[in-house]
Amino acid sequence: MNPYPIVPIQILSIIFSLFLLVLIFFLIRKKKIREEYAILWIAIFLVFLLLSVFRGLIDKISSLLGIQYQPASLFLILIGCLFLLTFHFSFVISDMKKKINTMAMKIAIMEEQFLEEKKDSA
Amino acid sequence: MKLLVLILAFNEEKTIQDVITETRTELPEADILVVNDGSTDTTKQILSQQTGITPLHLPYNMGIGGAIWTGFNFFCRRDYDILVRIDGDGQHPPTQAKNLIAPILDGKADCVIGSRFITREGYLSSLHRRGGIKLLNILTGFLLGKKITDNTSGFRAYSRKAVALLTKDYPFDYPEPIEVYLLHREGFRVKEISAKMRERSGGISSISLLNSYYYLIKVLLTILVNFIFGGKNESVSDRPDPNP
Repeated sequence: MNPYPIVPIQILSIIFSLFLLVLIFFLIRKKKIREEYAILWIAIFLVFLLLSVFRGLIDKISSLLGIQYQPASLFLILIGCLFLLTFHFSFVISDMKKKINTMAMKIAIMEEQFLEEKKDSA
Repeated sequence: MKLLVLILAFNEEKTIQDVITETRTELPEADILVVNDGSTDTTKQILSQQTGITPLHLPYNMGIGGAIWTGFNFFCRRDYDILVRIDGDGQHPPTQAKNLIAPILDGKADCVIGSRFITREGYLSSLHRRGGIKLLNILTGFLLGKKITDNTSGFRAYSRKAVALLTKDYPFDYPEPIEVYLLHREGFRVKEISAKMRERSGGISSISLLNSYYYLIKVLLTILVNFIFGGKNESVSDRPDPNP
């Protein structure tokens, strides 16, 4: 007998994970999210889906890690995923700030050059 | 020997005129570059009325490091030899700029810092800040194995080589102590000479009371990371384009 009979929450989780996956693909198609930023999201939603479909996974992970209270491992995985995402965002923001600063610097220098040349030719 | 004076201005409408006039009197042979770091007062208008200076207007307030970095980039694109940095708030007396340049002209240093604490004359900053400055001095002194008396002073002169190095990977927030560290690490000679500063006659410090703790933590973090991981220089492709 299947030790993990299907329960309503499992169906709900599967549907929700699938919905998120479809949503992210839809957003990529609509060019609302760039592929490079979507990869991490897809990976995370796949983990959600995996955990929803195979309920025994959480128990296995729990016993492997020595966690007595199985839902705790679920939260651990979730928090881990969120950490990854926020780190990723910090990384992206820092990179963007650097690029914006470079542009601001170049604009300031070029604007001055432009005004100088305009003055000379006038 | 071409000299560029870099004046930083963020909302310095009260003082910038005097600083420019004084600089021109003291260093008539120098070119004056004023970086307006997105001022919200009339600094921009004052600068556009000036003749004989090059004003750069940043599109937004980049912060002191960004303004310096912009000035450094400008310097690197032209054939200047020495850069002197003077703040637009009137703290750094242009009359003493010559003292900063002299060791570089003599080939005795790559970066010269005007220190308030060698002879302890003039304005020495508030007691509260002096504590932070002292802590930074001790720490960087320990890391560098060299005594620096005024690591946070922005009254500095640089050789072309020193500017080129710093421009590659500039520490954007609160750059002064990190500059010293980077230069020292790459084997550049950093020298301190005594300078007598004035209390700012206008504007507000780039570092407010609360921010000064953030400043301290941020600088300590940068120095620590650089010290532990040896600090990587960026790859060649990330370097600013020398010929735009």
